[in-house]
Amino acid sequence: MNALAGNYTTADGRKIGGVMMEMKNITLKFGGVTAISDISFDIHEGEIRAIIGPNGAGKSSMLNVISGFYHPQEGEVWFRGKKRPPMKPYEVARQGVARTFQNIALFDGMSTLDNIMTGRLTHMKAPMWRQALWWGGAEAEEVVNRRQVEKIIDFLEIQHIRKTPVGRLPYGLKKRVELARALAAEPKLLLLDEPMAGMNVEEKEDMSRFILDVNDEFGTTIALIEHDMGVVMDLSDRVVVMDYGRKIGDGTPDEVRKNQDVIDAYLGVEH
Amino acid sequence: MAELTSIPRLLARNSRAYGARPAYREKEFGIWQSWTWSEAEAEIEALALGLLDIGLSPGEHVAIIGRNRPQFYMAMVAVQSVAAVPVPVYQDSVAEEIAYVLDHCGARMAIVEDQEQVDKIIEIRGRLPGLSEILYVDKRGLRKYDHTHLTPLEQVQEMGRASKDRHEAELNRRRDGIGYDDTCVMLYTSGTTGRPKGVVLSNRNIIETSKASAEFDKLTETESVLAYLPMAWVGDFIFSIGQAYWCGFCVNCPEQTSTMYENLHEIGPTYFFAPPRYFEERITILTIRMEDAGAIKRGMYKWFMKLASRVGPRILDGKPVGVLDRVLYAVGNVLVYRPVRNRAGMSNVRVAYTAGEAIGPEIFDFWRSLGINLKQLYGQTEASVFITQQPDNEVRADTVGVPSPGVELRIAESGEVFYRSPGVFVEYYKNAESTASTKDAEGWVATGDAGFIEEGTGHLRIIDRAKDVGKLANGALFAPKYVENKLKFFPNILEAVVHGADREYCTAFINIDLTAVGNWAERNNIAYASYQELAGHQQVLDTVQAHVEEVNRSLATDDMLSGCQIHRFLVLHKELDADDGELTRTRKVRRKIIGEKFHDLVAALYDGSERVSTETEVTYEDGRKGSIKATLEIREAKTVPVEVKTLEDVVEAAE
Repeated sequence: MNALAGNYTTADGRKIGGVMMEMKNITLKFGGVTAISDISFDIHEGEIRAIIGPNGAGKSSMLNVISGFYHPQEGEVWFRGKKRPPMKPYEVARQGVARTFQNIALFDGMSTLDNIMTGRLTHMKAPMWRQALWWGGAEAEEVVNRRQVEKIIDFLEIQHIRKTPVGRLPYGLKKRVELARALAAEPKLLLLDEPMAGMNVEEKEDMSRFILDVNDEFGTTIALIEHDMGVVMDLSDRVVVMDYGRKIGDGTPDEVRKNQDVIDAYLGVEH
Repeated sequence: MAELTSIPRLLARNSRAYGARPAYREKEFGIWQSWTWSEAEAEIEALALGLLDIGLSPGEHVAIIGRNRPQFYMAMVAVQSVAAVPVPVYQDSVAEEIAYVLDHCGARMAIVEDQEQVDKIIEIRGRLPGLSEILYVDKRGLRKYDHTHLTPLEQVQEMGRASKDRHEAELNRRRDGIGYDDTCVMLYTSGTTGRPKGVVLSNRNIIETSKASAEFDKLTETESVLAYLPMAWVGDFIFSIGQAYWCGFCVNCPEQTSTMYENLHEIGPTYFFAPPRYFEERITILTIRMEDAGAIKRGMYKWFMKLASRVGPRILDGKPVGVLDRVLYAVGNVLVYRPVRNRAGMSNVRVAYTAGEAIGPEIFDFWRSLGINLKQLYGQTEASVFITQQPDNEVRADTVGVPSPGVELRIAESGEVFYRSPGVFVEYYKNAESTASTKDAEGWVATGDAGFIEEGTGHLRIIDRAKDVGKLANGALFAPKYVENKLKFFPNILEAVVHGADREYCTAFINIDLTAVGNWAERNNIAYASYQELAGHQQVLDTVQAHVEEVNRSLATDDMLSGCQIHRFLVLHKELDADDGELTRTRKVRRKIIGEKFHDLVAALYDGSERVSTETEVTYEDGRKGSIKATLEIREAKTVPVEVKTLEDVVEAAE
């Protein structure tokens, strides 16, 4: 296998670093149902890693394991060279993992700006009462955070909706705001749960460009789940394919495309 | 003091005289960033030195492609500083159009905004042997590109600063060598027919015109304007460079194209220019918002707007108005007019202009009744904008004003308007034939518009494009634009194309306004998936029909144009679009192209059929093509019977 060993360079000349996160023999069960069974794969620094698979394959469960929302019964999660003990999702977030959700989870009544500001929560040190009163360092801290948020607003080209309540925005823009909020946390690893779901072609093209630009500009490592095969194959450096909770393929888009198990899982196979 | 005979010299003057005053502002990262005149001078000098360093020679052309940003305005002046010629290009042009312009002017370099523009240039680069460098402002997404001939603008400035010692003498030599009659800028006219032409404007053209027009409206260094109209359009060059440098006032650039309304509100310019479409759009938005407001607010708004339309323009013109009306108007000012002006970003406007198309009297009076000094001007690229404009207190919807200072007017026997002024262009670049057919040896230029000078007031009235004015088969006068404008005054109608030259009667294509009609549909629970579906909806057709019939009634009362009533019409299945070549980049209708492209629809309008099926090719923003199919209903509109008047009758009556 070419890529799985360690550092490598992508076709378009990006240098991919060492292993950032490693999943070792993960098994996740809900009662009698095994959602994920004995899966191992890794995510390298700076790469775009996709997890794909048919409905019910266990992709979202996998993302939830990475984000610390689910705790696997078996297996280990290694992050930046250390084995991760069972953690609360907010503790994982503090380690530099941010995510978006499949069915948008924004605060509808709040403006785009305020929604994105919530993404800076992990970077705010002043206690709540100080923030409420703008006491001590709270104001200076807010200025610093606002500056970072404005950079992201500029980056994602959403200046025109800065003060619009999120509930009034069309779907495609909400998705972009969600991405902005995740980026506001300045994550080392960004998890995207079906970033293109329900989008039209033009919105998908925009979102793809933003994902590539985020990876290129901020060097953010990205793990994404996606249904749209075309998008995945174009965007990602390496792909994990899941089916019925098992891993059936892992490699570059080209390798995966030629993998017989993957073809069978997607197209069905005669028994 | 050196004579003020070039833009770089005006820059030096401004830096001395207004050094600490703002020259440019741009909203970035949510905050208005500004450059003073002395900072702007330093930026421009650094870039000019950098351009010398990468080998830009005198007289070479540099294309500028991007939205209104201080960097591009400064880049244009930097290009001028090394005696080269800036050529601003419409940023939304597709690669093919850009290729034509860059090839025609033999551009040596292109200064562009971002990846989108870089991609377009790279796509056409093979056909442009003269193009050696691409400079860009926004580096996003460009990291992985081959940077052999692709450089960030900032880096060129760095190179300029680093090589100052080597190039300073050369820069001074070139800057001082610029003559008054040397080329200041080259602008490509959109052209409603044929290929765009490169209009060469000299320093004399730009500076004389800016000086005269600034004096006409008493503009000073304290004005502030919002630069949002395309940089490739002559008006923007005159307002944001010519007048701004002559007066030393501040040019503000919006954060994004889509934040223009908000930014306008924040800046509150003192001097404002917008095409009629803009003023229509704002009224549409305001009307929609008021329909959603509570009953009390709505009632108050209606009552006071009625009062304003009765007395507002008279108060603005200083004409006598009764005491009671004045008091009521003052109350309305606090309750309604001032808030509306504020929302529209017009609180500080001292002078506002509209031009480019005729503006509807209702729309014009609406803004004037709010106390905004909105005036009309008439101009074109070849005149460095100004031909006629309306002086304060002589403002009317149906004229375009008196000749601007220094402009002479002449009406030819054919009715075509000719002018001569210091602003008259030098030539069409590499097109002696067109130059000769437009400008004669004595410097008179044909406008291509038919019009007449009103007796008594000396105001110019424009009838229509001279080549569009024609006759119906029965000899009645046919002026399509006049009728189209009447149609477009309805918020529901975005665009109209009237046919009728040498035909039995007039017919029309209509484009509905998706904002206005969409809002109506939402309020009436009418579901629709696309423009096409809404355009074919029975109730929408009924509404449009009512509008057409109202226009017919109004036309029937017009002596000259009663023959132009619309007998049959259809609502088009697609919006007319510049990308499909149906409109110019400044959104003027290209009659001939539309006539050819939709010839089947035109035929159906005249053969009495009730429906017509058609298929049309469309171009998407990224240049890909697709097609849409539709079956359109053709409606008959009621007309008012009138006596046929021919052109000769009208001329006779006028004499």
